[in-house]
Amino acid sequence: MWNRIYALFVARNLEFVRDQSALAWSVLLPVLIIFVFAYAFTEENPEKFKVGLISGSTAGPAATIFTDTRYIRFIEFDDAARNLPKVERHQIDLLFDPASNRYWINQTSPNGYIVEKLLVAAYADSAETLQKTLVEGDEIRYVDWVIPGVIAMNIMWGALFGIGYVIVRYRKFGVLKRLSATPVTAVEFLCAQILSRLWLLLVVNIVIFIGMDLFVDFRMHGSYFNLLLVFTLGCINLICCGLVVAARISSEEVANGVLNLFSWPMMFLSGVWFSLEGAHPWMQKFALILPLTHVTDAAREVMIDGAGIIQISDHLLVLGISSVILLFIGARIFQWE
Amino acid sequence: MPVILQVSNLVKRFGSLTAVNDVSFEIQEGSCFGLLGPNGAGKTTTIEMMEGIKMPDAGEILYQGAALGQQFRIEAGIMFQNTALQEFITVREIMVQFSRFYPDTASIDELADRYALHDFLNQDTRKLSGGQKQRLLLAMALINNPRILFLDEPTTGLDPQSRRNLWKQVQQVKEQGATVLLTTHYMEEAYELCDEIAIMDHGRIIAHDAPDALLAAHFDDVVVQIHAADIPREIGEREFHAVYRNDNAHIVTGDVNRTIEQLLHLDIPLDRLRIRARDLEDLFLELTGKELRA
Repeated sequence: MWNRIYALFVARNLEFVRDQSALAWSVLLPVLIIFVFAYAFTEENPEKFKVGLISGSTAGPAATIFTDTRYIRFIEFDDAARNLPKVERHQIDLLFDPASNRYWINQTSPNGYIVEKLLVAAYADSAETLQKTLVEGDEIRYVDWVIPGVIAMNIMWGALFGIGYVIVRYRKFGVLKRLSATPVTAVEFLCAQILSRLWLLLVVNIVIFIGMDLFVDFRMHGSYFNLLLVFTLGCINLICCGLVVAARISSEEVANGVLNLFSWPMMFLSGVWFSLEGAHPWMQKFALILPLTHVTDAAREVMIDGAGIIQISDHLLVLGISSVILLFIGARIFQWE
Repeated sequence: MPVILQVSNLVKRFGSLTAVNDVSFEIQEGSCFGLLGPNGAGKTTTIEMMEGIKMPDAGEILYQGAALGQQFRIEAGIMFQNTALQEFITVREIMVQFSRFYPDTASIDELADRYALHDFLNQDTRKLSGGQKQRLLLAMALINNPRILFLDEPTTGLDPQSRRNLWKQVQQVKEQGATVLLTTHYMEEAYELCDEIAIMDHGRIIAHDAPDALLAAHFDDVVVQIHAADIPREIGEREFHAVYRNDNAHIVTGDVNRTIEQLLHLDIPLDRLRIRARDLEDLFLELTGKELRA
């Protein structure tokens, strides 16, 4: 059995490495994206002013003047303590509790400085006094924040199309039929495809990671082992998604459509490019069923916050369990022809 | 000779079309069995069910008395009508890959010698000519020293020389004791290679025996063949019930002397006359009313 898996694994690796256009594309695309974000957007933060608002309390007149300010995006939070890291990391410019007239601000945040001026001005004619609390923390550049997502997204494209498209092409041209006439079983074939794709994706993305770190010097506060674990589980999960799509389809056009149907919502709704903080609740709920959300969030938690296994265990668990389910479904419905 | 493969009451439907309709036969170990028929007769569907590629809707296929399983896959060599090979890998790499699928394999260099693969052994599989690809596919089918070899129209699209070469190679496989099952629509190929043939039409077997036995059972006459330009169609059809095909009038007769006398009497020129025994092509035409390669 291992001999057969190894034979297929080697053949698939050779095919991938020698198909230079595909290989170049899988390396160049993320590099280009990161360069664009590193140099085009880091100077100018694409977000507007953002203020966190502790909800569930009645605001006084001065607070209402402030919260009526235009061109500030107010995001409601239930709890102050849990959302303080957002101020620390410049994800929001200021956190304000209208009920107690308390606010939290990071002194190193230029946006926070401006928003604070507006808040103080709103209270100028009021008898109420504001209570200021300073928090500390480095700014997270957009590029630091986006890199985990870009790598996760690159893994998604590589996994879905690399597996889905290849199997469908094998089926369409009869390569699968020829293999089905040998002692190779469906499970052996699928294992070889998963292993080959997993190893190639990890190597390609590690190279991209190292290369980008040299150029952009992004933030990496967690353990490399944890990050590798996140990306490995993410790869396996997305490869299994590709397997399910490719289990029966024999037309490249249909496969292309279905794979795009999977990948584009993940591109935009998994929080790769922009935070889903403040997005409509149904969108946030929907994002949780997308594997890319869990890969991106877990990678961000490791890279930006230095999160350990325990902190990201919920994401790992979701990815692990759904991988097993998807693999089971993929193997059950797989057809050679 | 023991039976190696037994097919009973095989049925395969595609929607409302019954492609294979209650087909049964047995293949003796070490023999060459030919499945003949025009396009769409059900040959490929039948052979693919026997290879375990397609599932029959009804009926049973037994390999050495047992249902097709892993043992069959290990011992069977298969060459499909059309096979795409993985891209970006060389002929040698694909041979190595396939040899790893089986516990007992032939030497790749030996196969390369026997099937003249050396010239393109390190070439990408996408760059092979039709004949080269066919030789590679045959070598791949033989990589596991198969006990039973399936060849689905192995010489379709090959030039006459490559075809004869392939026949020679199949003969060698037979001499080494392997059982061969082939489908073809070349009568000459079936006559050359097969010990036993089954003729299929509309999903059924309409005749089944050794080629010579089939001919003997159906024919005790010969064919007098005259170029169609030498004998006007109305005379040929009226006087001799001649069948016109491939630029020739074919006159079937049990009494050659009398037929020639009649032709002379009608002043038909005999310069291009040929007398031949009835062949499988005639048998097929007689049984199905169709040209084999129609």
